[in-house]
Amino acid sequence: MNVPENLKYAESHEWILIEGDIGTVGITDHAQAELTDIVYVDPPKPGTPVTAGQPAAVVESVKAASDIYAPVDGEVIEVNAALASEPALVNTSPYEAGWLFKVRLANPQQLDALKSPEAYRAQIG
Amino acid sequence: MSSAPRRTPLFELQHAAGARCINFGGWEMPVQFTSILDEHNTVRTACGVFDISHMGEIFVSGPEAFDWLQHMLANDLAKCPVGSSQYTFLLNERGGVIDDLIVYRLHDDEFLLLVNAAKIDEDAAWLAAHTREGAVIDNRSSTMCALAVQGPASPAVFRAVFGREIPERNTFVALEKCRGAVIAAGTGYTGETGFELFFPNSLASDIWHSVIEAGATPCGLGARDTLRLEMCYPLNGSDLSPDRTPLEAGLGIFVALDKPDFIGREALLAQKGAGLPSRLAALRMTVKSPPPRAHYPVLADGVPIGETTSGALSPSLGEGIALAYLPPDFAKPGRKLEIDIRGRSFEAVVEKKPFYRPSSKISA
Repeated sequence: MNVPENLKYAESHEWILIEGDIGTVGITDHAQAELTDIVYVDPPKPGTPVTAGQPAAVVESVKAASDIYAPVDGEVIEVNAALASEPALVNTSPYEAGWLFKVRLANPQQLDALKSPEAYRAQIG
Repeated sequence: MSSAPRRTPLFELQHAAGARCINFGGWEMPVQFTSILDEHNTVRTACGVFDISHMGEIFVSGPEAFDWLQHMLANDLAKCPVGSSQYTFLLNERGGVIDDLIVYRLHDDEFLLLVNAAKIDEDAAWLAAHTREGAVIDNRSSTMCALAVQGPASPAVFRAVFGREIPERNTFVALEKCRGAVIAAGTGYTGETGFELFFPNSLASDIWHSVIEAGATPCGLGARDTLRLEMCYPLNGSDLSPDRTPLEAGLGIFVALDKPDFIGREALLAQKGAGLPSRLAALRMTVKSPPPRAHYPVLADGVPIGETTSGALSPSLGEGIALAYLPPDFAKPGRKLEIDIRGRSFEAVVEKKPFYRPSSKISA
């Protein structure tokens, strides 16, 4: 499974890319493989506050709807509009074209509680 | 489930073939091998094979078998000659569905009941509680396997494996001199041309490999569920229950009210006389929405009128589809309704059944 070096990871299988005070959030390669065929993504609305560890989006496979948790506190500033017509991008490109939403970080120190690529690799075995 | 899930004799072979498993009715079964969408499309365009060995095989034989089953089952066995099969119900006294099943008439006085996995024990107990001298019940569920081979290419698979033509829909052949005691039936749960095989556990590996080598792709219960839902075939425990009758489910053509006697008949006649309290409607989402799933509220102009019993994004149609018991006035094709998905309302319309008509035939 691909676990890029430049990202931080939540135990609940989300990744976050930090650029200044903006974080881009998606689900990991491991998570998309576990969920299988993703047929719908219900993103948060821009402007919505999200809380670390709380549901922020829903990703639906053929069989089930799965909550996606915000890895950090913040305000949603953008969602990936491409997923509305092509939700399978989450499967085919989980770290690039399949990103879910961007947040403006409210508490950047929360990043310290997230996992390094090495620690996440150990978690998923 | 409190006890460990059971496994079919094909579990190891399927595990080796990449099966990802879930607990279904107390059984650890493949939900998919590669992708539910791919497996669904394989069955619609080519040929897929499903392990359905978790389903139950209950044999009934003896001089009283016919008369007794006429009393126990809702459909009319007189219309099921030797060598054919019939969809039917075990009903309770209230006319509610204990189980829906296929009965195969092996001989004048010998029948095979193919029942749902989660209901084997309950069905066997219900039958035993109503047993009659001259009708012998033999539950062989744990010693028999079953495979469903489905899709437009399944006739070619059948020819390759058995060297003869696929049985017609709702008929079967007993291939006693071919690979042992195999019953090959023209039945299925996908809407496509296909066949189902019932055979002793000892033949499991041989037959599994034969159908795969002949071109069938292993498929899991995930695709089986989307395939059957597109056809509006009910799933017992979801779309059928002891509290709903086959009339409410829209399956009255499989209930022979003109038979003089069967369990549940009085209740069904009374319900028919009084008017049905609900009807199982087929709903299609008319706007882009999350996939509808079971137990979502159904609304008419914002007022709750029922809930979905099954739902999915139809892989063949690319639209959300669902079934729901609704008051009859709301269950008419063309009626616009809404489905509440996580607190948001999405427009849907009542459709005629089925949602999907396979290109590869079938009349049943």
